[in-house]
Amino acid sequence: MKSKTLFDKIWDGHVVRSIEDGPDVLYIDRHYIHEVTSPQAFNGLKERGIPVFRPGKTIATADHNIPTKDQHLPIKDLLSRNQVEKLTENCSKYGIELFGLNNPKNGIIHVIAPELGYTLPGITIVCGDSHTSTHGAFGAIAFGIGTSEVEMVLATQCILQPKPKKMKIAVNGKLQKGVTSKDIIMYIISEISTGGATGYFVEFCGSAITSLSMEARMTICNMSIEMGARGGLISPDETTFDYLRKLSSIPGLVDFESALNQWKTLKSDPDAVFDRELEFDAALIKPMITYGTNPGMAMAVDASIPLSDQKSSEASSSFIKSLDYMGFKPGMKLLGHPIDYVFIGSCTNGRIEDFRAFAEIIKGRKKASNVTALIVPGSKMVEAQMISEGLVEIYNNAGFEVRQPGCSSCLAMNEDKVPPGKYAVSTSNRNFEGRQGPGSRTLLASPATAAVAAITGKISDPREFMSQEINIKK
Amino acid sequence: MPKVKFDILVTTCVPLPFENVDTDQIIPARFLSATSREGFGDNLFRDWRYKKTGEKNDDFVLNNPKFTGKVLVAGKNFGSGSSREHAVWAIFDYGFRAVVSSFFADIFMANSLNNGLLPIVIPEELLKKLLAMIEKNPATKVNIDLEKQTFTIIATGDSVKFGINPYKKECLLKGLDDIDFLLSMKDLIIDYESTKSLVK
Repeated sequence: MKSKTLFDKIWDGHVVRSIEDGPDVLYIDRHYIHEVTSPQAFNGLKERGIPVFRPGKTIATADHNIPTKDQHLPIKDLLSRNQVEKLTENCSKYGIELFGLNNPKNGIIHVIAPELGYTLPGITIVCGDSHTSTHGAFGAIAFGIGTSEVEMVLATQCILQPKPKKMKIAVNGKLQKGVTSKDIIMYIISEISTGGATGYFVEFCGSAITSLSMEARMTICNMSIEMGARGGLISPDETTFDYLRKLSSIPGLVDFESALNQWKTLKSDPDAVFDRELEFDAALIKPMITYGTNPGMAMAVDASIPLSDQKSSEASSSFIKSLDYMGFKPGMKLLGHPIDYVFIGSCTNGRIEDFRAFAEIIKGRKKASNVTALIVPGSKMVEAQMISEGLVEIYNNAGFEVRQPGCSSCLAMNEDKVPPGKYAVSTSNRNFEGRQGPGSRTLLASPATAAVAAITGKISDPREFMSQEINIKK
Repeated sequence: MPKVKFDILVTTCVPLPFENVDTDQIIPARFLSATSREGFGDNLFRDWRYKKTGEKNDDFVLNNPKFTGKVLVAGKNFGSGSSREHAVWAIFDYGFRAVVSSFFADIFMANSLNNGLLPIVIPEELLKKLLAMIEKNPATKVNIDLEKQTFTIIATGDSVKFGINPYKKECLLKGLDDIDFLLSMKDLIIDYESTKSLVK
C-alpha cells in the first residue's frame, strides 16, 4: 500500500465522492457555529425550505459579539443583541445544542469544543472561523470556512473542498527558558511569511512540538492560518490521550478503549511524501514580538526592526505603510518602548495555562500605572478554574481586573477596543490595522511577554524576569 | 437555487497596489453584526475610505473619480486573515465582479467562487505592469473570458490563461449552486454515514 501522511489518511477516509476535475465531497464529523458567520447560512436554509441535515453534529456558542462585563444584562448594542438572539432562535428552531451567553459552558468556540470533548483525533471539523485550525492539535482535520460553506454543511453535513497540498514542519531541540509555544509559531510565521503556507495543510512534528502540552499545541495549530495554511495538525500521542481521558465526558463516543486503539494508528507513515518539508531549531527561538501589521512581521523581542521586507533588499511601499501605521522606523529597537494596553485572552492564548503563565510573572508585583489591562478567560470553565486555583486573587492583588469570557479585544466587535494610536501588547493572533479598534496598534506576543509589559509599562524581555528556571508552562 | 451567471467582462479597473490586504481591511469586524448579506458595500475598505472624523479620504482610490470599473486589481496575498465571507459580499455589493492579484488566500478564494466573484491569478510581472498602466491611464480596459480562461489587457494585447477548478468554472458559467448539487447526493452521504462515520 502506498505510504500516506496523517492528513491523507484522515482526508481520504472522509471522502464521500471524488468529483473528476473537481473538489472532493468531504464528510464533516463536527460542525461548530457562532453568531457572526451563521445567520446568513440559516437564512439560506429557510429560503430553500430545508432542515439542518444532522443537527446533532453541530454545536453553537455566542463568543465574537458579546460583552465581557455584566453578561447577565441585555446586550447594549442593538445589532449585536439581535445577532446573538438570532443564533438562539436558529438553534432552537433547528435543534442545535447551544452553549450561549450565561450557560456555564459558554466561551470561545475553539476553547470550549476541546474542553467539552467534541474535538477528537481523526475526525473532520469545520467552523465559520479561520482559527478552526486550533483543533488540529488533537490530530483532526480542522479548517475555517465561509458562510456559504456553513450553509452547505448545515444542509448536507458535507463540504465541497479541493484537497490541499501537504507540508511538514519539524521543530527539533530544546526551547530556551521563557520561550513558549506562541513564540515557536510566531517564529515560524516570521520565517516563512504570512502567505508562506497558503495552499497547504501543515503537519507539525519534532521533539519541541511533542514535548508541548495540549494547550500549547492548540496555540501552534491555531496560528497556522496566519501563515496562510488551510490548517495545521499534530499526530495524537500519550499527551493527547491523557487530555481526553481526563475529560468528564466525550459526547457521541461509545467506547473509549476501542477509539483509543484507532487513535493510536493516526500517524504519518515513515516514508510518506510531503509537498514541502521545513525544519527549525528550537534552540534558536527567542521570545517574539510583532512590529508591523501582519503576523509575519515579527522578530525576537530584543532585536531591531529590519530595514526592508523579508528576503528583499528594498523596502516595499507596503512595508513602509505598515511601519508608518505602527509609528515605528526601520532599524528601531522595541525594547523599552512604552505601551498602553495589554490583552490576554483569545482562542490563541485564552486557556488556563496561559493565565497561569501570566500569573507566574505578575505575582507579588503591580500593574504599571500607564497600562490598561484586559484579562479575558477563553471560557466559563477557564474562568472557574482561575478562581479555584487562586489566580483571580493574584490578578486582583496585582491590580488587574478579570473580565467575563469572549473573543473580546482580539477583534474588538464588542466594547473592548484599543483607542486610536495606542499600543497594545496582545496574546491574540492578528496585528492587522484596526484589528483591536480603529487606529489601534497591536504587538502580538506570548502571555509571558504580555505579563512583563503589563508590569513594566513598556516592551520588555520576559527572560530578564526569570533569574532561575521558573515554572512557565510551555 | 440558480445563481447569477458569469459572462465575458470588458471593463476598466480599480488599482489597489498594496500587498497582504487582509479581510479586516476589506470589511472591519465592527460591521459584521448584520444578519443579512446585503449592504456591506457601503463599508468596503471603511477605514481606508473614510478618515477618523468620518469625512471621505480623498487619497484613497475608491474616492478618486478617475478610477472606476468592475475589476479590483490588488497586490499579492489578497484576502488573508479572517474567513469572513462578508469581505466578498462587500466587494461584490460595491459592484466588483472580479479581483485580480498574483496570489490569493485560500478561504477568500473559496468564498469568492461561492459568490460569483471571480478571483484571477496573474503573474507578478504582469500585475506590476497592469497596476502601472492603470495609474497612468485609468481608461485602461481588460477583457476577462471565463469560458476561454483568458485575461487580456486590451490596449497591449498582453494575455494570460488563468487557472480555475473545472467544476467551479462550470458552476459560474451556468449559475449552478453547490448545495443543490450536494443535496442530489443524499443517498451517497447516508451510505457513507452508515459505514464510516466515526462519531455519532
